[in-house]
Amino acid sequence: MAKGVWIVAEQRDGAFRKISFELASTARKLADQLGEEVCAVLCGSGVEGIAGQLGKYGVDKVFVADDPALEPYTTDAHVLAVAKVVKENDPAILLLGASTQGKDLSARLVGKLATGLATDCTDVKIVDGKLVAIRPMYAGKCFGEISILSFPQMASLRPNVFPAVENAKAGAVVKFDPALDATQLKTKVIEVQKDTSGRVDLTEANIIVSGGRGMKGPENYVLIEELAAVLGATVGASRAAVDAGWRPQSDQVGQTGKVVSPNLYIACGISGAIQHLAGMSSSKFVVAINKDPDAPIFAKADYGIVDDLFKIIPELTQACKKLLA
Amino acid sequence: MNIVACVKQVPDTEAQIKVKPDGSGIEEGGIKWVMNPYDEFGVEEALRLKEKNGGDVTIVSLGPARAMETIRTALAMGADKGIHICDPALDGADAYNTAAALAAAIKAIPHDIIFCGQRAIDDDSAQVGPVLAELLGVPQVTVVTKLEFTGGAVRAIRAIEGAQLLIECPLPCLVTAQKGLNEPRYASLPGIMKAKKKPVDVKTAASLGVTVDVKAKVAKLVPPPARTAGKIICGDDAAAKAAELARLLREEAKMI
Repeated sequence: MAKGVWIVAEQRDGAFRKISFELASTARKLADQLGEEVCAVLCGSGVEGIAGQLGKYGVDKVFVADDPALEPYTTDAHVLAVAKVVKENDPAILLLGASTQGKDLSARLVGKLATGLATDCTDVKIVDGKLVAIRPMYAGKCFGEISILSFPQMASLRPNVFPAVENAKAGAVVKFDPALDATQLKTKVIEVQKDTSGRVDLTEANIIVSGGRGMKGPENYVLIEELAAVLGATVGASRAAVDAGWRPQSDQVGQTGKVVSPNLYIACGISGAIQHLAGMSSSKFVVAINKDPDAPIFAKADYGIVDDLFKIIPELTQACKKLLA
Repeated sequence: MNIVACVKQVPDTEAQIKVKPDGSGIEEGGIKWVMNPYDEFGVEEALRLKEKNGGDVTIVSLGPARAMETIRTALAMGADKGIHICDPALDGADAYNTAAALAAAIKAIPHDIIFCGQRAIDDDSAQVGPVLAELLGVPQVTVVTKLEFTGGAVRAIRAIEGAQLLIECPLPCLVTAQKGLNEPRYASLPGIMKAKKKPVDVKTAASLGVTVDVKAKVAKLVPPPARTAGKIICGDDAAAKAAELARLLREEAKMI
């Protein structure tokens, strides 16, 4: 009988990604309802030392695979390691992060474990002893309630949505041998080019300042960047701005870009096309600045200013600078 | 080179999505159906690989009868032939069963490289590509923004949070396409004419030898939580409005 709530923790360069603690806390909540244990799988090289940190967020036991072939992440190596320990222990629920790596790994595990997965969930709960996962579909234009009919019941959780709550448990560390077969490790990471700007990725940002067609040209994004710098925010863009070549593709928020869930989303010169709204609808608080009072974005905004953004943004930057000084 | 591109027909990004009153699905009336934009990047990359290295491109799609339009669109762009997996038993199939049907179809034909979109913009699952790769027993590179064929292998750029990775992967392999990979071409008029005569093989679950074994079920669809329009901030001039917004963000919303 499948038992226990498991997570696959995510680390990079020997440090946990925030999503790992969000996963641990969520798993703890589910496990308490079921009266079961929370276990984590941690894969990497030289990561045994950090494993215990997961205990602080409610993990009872951490299964650690420490192998040079597990660093940096490749699908081939990680899927073998995780599938092995999962098959040996038969958990009822398996949670991963809906990060780029988590999505890559979780979907491959679906094939390996012949089970079902709810991707990018914004809520998970236990109903009649089974996992029910709530997730946006059609980029948030509607939500689906998903049941997984096989074990483990898998879900990936949207970063920045679930709280990381301290709830100390044993966090006992158990090493396991991932038994990696070198002939099955086909992909190689040739080069890692780190973003040295120091900015937080859009999908993990607490505050996002986004600019759209109303910015009128790439040179005007300096206004957005200045406001973002004062707020410690990440800069985003609408599809119109990206398609016009004003901003890189990686900045795009929307149905064909990134789906974001910051605490605060400031939309500047963005009318609020349905495909854009779809990408930012799980933002907790929305501010819109647009000179068109009929722009659909105002219907989604908590605060709005109807005015020329070229006048408002510099003033807002100054006002925030003063308040935060 | 034998290239396969998987495509899915989805509602256009501008489509209003209305949930049926009983939550069993979406209202399909009035929806404009298009090729999933991420699959389009995959088809384009497949065509470019073929143009550079020779070979042929097979389009595989699972979907109801209307999905044939999407296959024809890909053929009009320049793909050579199609496989349409069309079976009511597979309507709304989960990722595992969809991938199992695609795998059965693809196993029967030579395949050096398989393209999928990194996700479909309807169910947003981002699963079928990797599950298909696993069922075919080939390695995968997901969310690829640049691809280079080096003879026997590909080199791909994939963006992860805060970094770009250069991955090398031997063929056969599966690649999922991300926006930025290329700029898909439009079908030309002669292309559209030619596409009508290109062969499309229609398959059912039975003819592929797959049985549906549901792993994940959408129990219910619900509309998103409504967001009510908030406060419009007024003031004498831009400076006053901006100052009031900053004050509210700090004191009322406690966001900064």
